[in-house]
Amino acid sequence: MIRFDQVSKRYAEGREALSRVNFEIPDGEMAFLTGHSGAGKSTLLKLIIVMERASQGQVFVQGTNLNRVSRRQIPAIRRDIGVVFQNHQLLFDRTVYDNVALPLTIAGYQPREVGRRVRAALAKVSLSNKEKQFPIALSGGEQQRVGIARAVVNKPSLLLADEPTGNLDPGLSEEIMNLFVQFNQVGVTVLIASHDLGLISQMNRRQLRLHEGRLMEDRPASLTVGSDDGQ
Amino acid sequence: MTDNNPRLTSGASVSARSLRDRWLAYLANHHWVARESLRGLFQVWLASAMTWLVIGIALALPTILYLILSNASNLSGDWHGKPRISVYLQSTVSVAEGQAFARQLGSQAGDVSSLEYISPAAALAEFTERSGFGDVLQTLDRNPLPAVIVIEPMSRQAAQLQLLIAKLELEPEVESVSFDLVWLERLFAILSLAERFVIALGGFLALGVLLVIGNTIRLAIENRRAEIEVVKLVGGTDSFVRRPFLYLGFWYGLGGALSAWVLVGLSLMFLAAPVEMLLASYQGDFAVSGLGFGESLLLLAIGGGLGILGATLAVGRHLSRIEPS
Repeated sequence: MIRFDQVSKRYAEGREALSRVNFEIPDGEMAFLTGHSGAGKSTLLKLIIVMERASQGQVFVQGTNLNRVSRRQIPAIRRDIGVVFQNHQLLFDRTVYDNVALPLTIAGYQPREVGRRVRAALAKVSLSNKEKQFPIALSGGEQQRVGIARAVVNKPSLLLADEPTGNLDPGLSEEIMNLFVQFNQVGVTVLIASHDLGLISQMNRRQLRLHEGRLMEDRPASLTVGSDDGQ
Repeated sequence: MTDNNPRLTSGASVSARSLRDRWLAYLANHHWVARESLRGLFQVWLASAMTWLVIGIALALPTILYLILSNASNLSGDWHGKPRISVYLQSTVSVAEGQAFARQLGSQAGDVSSLEYISPAAALAEFTERSGFGDVLQTLDRNPLPAVIVIEPMSRQAAQLQLLIAKLELEPEVESVSFDLVWLERLFAILSLAERFVIALGGFLALGVLLVIGNTIRLAIENRRAEIEVVKLVGGTDSFVRRPFLYLGFWYGLGGALSAWVLVGLSLMFLAAPVEMLLASYQGDFAVSGLGFGESLLLLAIGGGLGILGATLAVGRHLSRIEPS
């Protein structure tokens, strides 16, 4: 569950990235966050994983008020949130396997359990045959899938993605989106920031549209699956 | 009754096992980080060897001085030329009286370990033989030398020696008492000064080691900025992020101490033969002692400890500034 209650974020230089944003995403929902670049999508995601703090208002994630979270508590919050970054944030001096294993190592899993889960996650994103390779040897789409495997390997209850299809061609983009749908089908709450409106309208999910830091539109999923126009 | 309740017992065992699992995983991570950081050092072995050598030299210098000092105080400790008190008798005391007085002194158990009476004639004979001034002495019409009783005292402590000397000076047969106490006092003063010097120098060089390790760790942190950011992004705690750098510091310090140990050993091999030859000309045999087992362990512990401390300082200063953005 994610709840934003009158949340504003003003950066030190005076720019207001978010102003009085209100919304709630219940457990198990999949939603898209849309808007032009600079509309505040990334800032909103950063507030959820406590990379930034709200200037005003309150952010709740899984019932925890993030305003009251101390610096020491941040790692525990982040461990229960899988994040897929636009620039992948992979470590290029480690193998695919070690990249995906990182959250498990941090969370303190035994090597045997780590191996089991990493292989399951890589199988899920169809990269089982690449575990010994280094990210540099992979294509953009494969790198993004490694990032997704790393985000879900710890079985988080919440999955965030920032422009996960940003640099991919339409075919690959759809493949990636379908992965997110599959995770959502097993109960994971998913929030994806994207400006790929064509793809988003195909998905037929709830859409939150930001414009200059304000939540301009909160459109629920249409009742008829597949009707992607004429709304 | 509760023991027979399968749900309770299995629940307890599950939670105990998971705690144990977490502990084992924590240990496994320590093991892994320790091994990986050491392996990383060997991958850039030339740069690592240079750092180890710099630390090694900084640690070897005070260690060698310490060894010189401990050898010197060993040397003064079992000084074979034990303190001797020369008691010069009045010229009016005859040989017989002098020998009686010597016997009387010798019977004072507790003060005197051994003594020797040297008559004026014996003294003259020895002086003639040793000094080469025999011809001059021949021209004198009478023996100018007094009788001497050479005493080896029981005690070697300055206060007790002074007491003994004062007592001897009061005896009517005694003309004067000579004892080279000042020399011994000076030696001890020099040794304690040198000890302070070694401690101060050791302190400065330890500070140098801290700075070398701190700076090396700072560079390592800069090099791994991306990794630190990613680890923090996926929920790595501060101690998880810190761990590889603390191990790195430990390996730098331990490797430095090992190279210091080798340097000290080589220096001793280089110095031991001439030093022993020099000392052999003064007295009996003397073996230069190197670092014992305990001292070697202490050196390694100091190296490793300085490494962890230097890394802790560097990590505390630089790691908190790296946040994902």
